[in-house]
Amino acid sequence: MTADVKTIRDIFIEEIYRRMYDNDEILFLSADFGAPKLDILREKFPDRFVNVGIAEQNLVNVATGLALEGYCIFAYAIAPFLTMRAYEQIRVNLSLQAQIRDLNVNLIGVGAGLSYDVSGPTHHCLEDLSIMRTLPNMVVFSPSDWMLAHKFVEYSIDVKKPKYLRFDGKPVSQIYQNLNDISIDTGFFELHEGKTICLISTGNMTHKAINIAKRCADEGISIGVIDVFLLKPFKERIFYEIIKKYDIVISLEEGFINKGGLDSLISTILDSNNSDIRLFRMGFDDKYVFEIGNRDYLHKLCSLDDDCIIVKIKKLIKEF
Amino acid sequence: MMFTNIEKNKMVHLREIATRVRKETLKIHKIAPETRIASSLSAVEIFVVLYYGEIINFDPKCTTWQERDRFIISKGHGAISLYPILADFGFFDAGELNRVCKEGTFLGGIPDSIIPGFETINGSLGHGLGVACGIALGLKKRNAKEMVFVLMGDGELYEGAVWEAIMFAGEHRLDNLILILDNNRICMLDYCKKILDLEPYAEKFSVFKWDVLVADGHDVNQLYHSLKLLKEKRADKPKLLIANTVKGKGVPRLETDSLCHIKSLMPEEIDKIIEELE
Repeated sequence: MTADVKTIRDIFIEEIYRRMYDNDEILFLSADFGAPKLDILREKFPDRFVNVGIAEQNLVNVATGLALEGYCIFAYAIAPFLTMRAYEQIRVNLSLQAQIRDLNVNLIGVGAGLSYDVSGPTHHCLEDLSIMRTLPNMVVFSPSDWMLAHKFVEYSIDVKKPKYLRFDGKPVSQIYQNLNDISIDTGFFELHEGKTICLISTGNMTHKAINIAKRCADEGISIGVIDVFLLKPFKERIFYEIIKKYDIVISLEEGFINKGGLDSLISTILDSNNSDIRLFRMGFDDKYVFEIGNRDYLHKLCSLDDDCIIVKIKKLIKEF
Repeated sequence: MMFTNIEKNKMVHLREIATRVRKETLKIHKIAPETRIASSLSAVEIFVVLYYGEIINFDPKCTTWQERDRFIISKGHGAISLYPILADFGFFDAGELNRVCKEGTFLGGIPDSIIPGFETINGSLGHGLGVACGIALGLKKRNAKEMVFVLMGDGELYEGAVWEAIMFAGEHRLDNLILILDNNRICMLDYCKKILDLEPYAEKFSVFKWDVLVADGHDVNQLYHSLKLLKEKRADKPKLLIANTVKGKGVPRLETDSLCHIKSLMPEEIDKIIEELE
C-alpha cells in the first residue's frame, strides 16, 4: 500500500472525460454539484454537460429520458440528496423501467457515510446502501479506493443498467496496486488472509479494516480483510467459498446496521448456507449523529474507532 | 386563433371515432371496474386527434422505430381510453381488450411500457414531463426532427418535480416538446380550485419561457388545429396546450360529481350510456 492520496470522484470524472473524446454518447449531468476535474470536463464539452440546478428529482428524470434515447448518462449529486430526495424517481423511472428497457444511467453519489462529517446529519449518508440495494435491477458500487473507481468507468459504460456509485467525499489512499486480476463482476477481494476472524468492509471502512488488521498482526493476531466493492449484483457462492474458512466475520460499514446494508448481505449468505460462522455487525446504531467533529471524532463517539474495534475483536477471540 | 382549410369530413370522422372510443372505453370499464373511468373519458378526444388526426408519427409494428414521435402518458391511470386506439392500429391484438385487469394479461388498470405503444412507466404522478425533457434534449442533441408529446393531468401540477421539469424545458428551449394538459379540473377528492388554486396556468408557463395555447379538449377541430400549429412551430420554446376538458365526459352522473375520480359504473348503467351515445 502506498500513501498516494486522491479523490475518487476526480479520478473517475477524469477518466470519463478522457473517454468522451471517443464516445459521443456519453453525457454528464449534475445537480449543481462540482469537482475540480468536472470544471475541465464542462469547459471542454459544454454541450455534453448539463447542470439541471439543485433539482435531484429532475436530474434522475432527465437522465432517464436521455438514457431511453440511447445515451450513456452520468448523473452527479451529493449522495443523500441523490438517493433519498429522488428515491421515487430512481424507483419508478430507473429500477422499474430497467426491467423492460436498457437504461445506462450511472448515479454518482458523493459523500458516502460520514464524508461530510461537520456538515451534520442531513449530509451524512448512512441509509443509501440498504435502500439502493433493495431496488431490483440496480447495480450498487461502493469502492474503497480510486483505483477501483477508475476501473469501474469501463463497466459503467458497457453495462446498460442503472447503477448507484457511492463515492467517498474525502481523498483516499490507494489500496490496490493493480487491478489486472480483479474483476468488477466478482464484487469483492480478499486483501489479507487471516485466521479465525475476518473483517468484511466496504468503502472508506476498508481503510480502517486494513489498519486494524495491521495493528493486530503486530500483536500476533491474524485478521483477514475482505473489501466488498460491488454489493449488487453479488457473487454469493464465490464469496461463501472464501469466507467459510473463518469462524467469525465482522461486517464493517459506514451505514446503519441491521437495516439491509453490507451486514444484511453477509447475514443472508450465511443463512442460506446454514453456516456456523458467527457474524458481528459494526456500523451505526439506529440514531442520527448530531454531534460535531471530524470523521475520526465521530467514529470514536460511535465506538467505531480503531482502538474500540480492536478491543472488541480481542474480546471475541477470547470468548470463542 | 384563425383556422384555415378546415377539413370538414375529417372532423366529422374524428368525432365519430371519439364516440366509438368512448364506448370501447366504457366496455373496458364494464370488464374492469377497477379502471379510472372518469379520468380516462376526459382524454378521449386528445388521444383520437393525436392518433387518427395523424398528429403523431408511429409504427405499430415497430414500437422502437427511431423516427416515431415519443408520446409520454404521465397520467397513466387516465389512459385506459388509449387501449382501444392502440388495438385498432394493431399495436396488439384487439382480443386483449376483453382481458383488461384479468390474470395473465399485459393490459393493467394503469398502463406501463410492457404494453406496445407505451414508452414509460406510468402510475406514479408527476414523472412524465421530466423524463420527456430528457428525451427531448436527447433528440435535439442529434438534430432529430421527432417530437415529444406528453399528456399530463392538471392535478399533477401539484407535484414539485413537475415544476423542476417546467423550468428545465424553458431554459433548454425544448421546442420539440409539446405538453398537453388534460385540464379536467378535478383531483381525487375535490375540484383543484378548492384544493390549491393554481390557475391561471397560461401565465405561469409563459413566465417559465413556454408558448401556450388553449383549446376545448373535447372539440376535435380545435384540438387538431392547435396541435398541428404547435407541432409545426419551432420557436425555441417548449409548448403547452391547455385542453379544457370535463372529467367523466359523456357520463352525466360523473360529469357533475367532484368525487368522480374514484367512482365506478354499474354494468347496466354502462349499457344504457353506450346506447345513448349511439
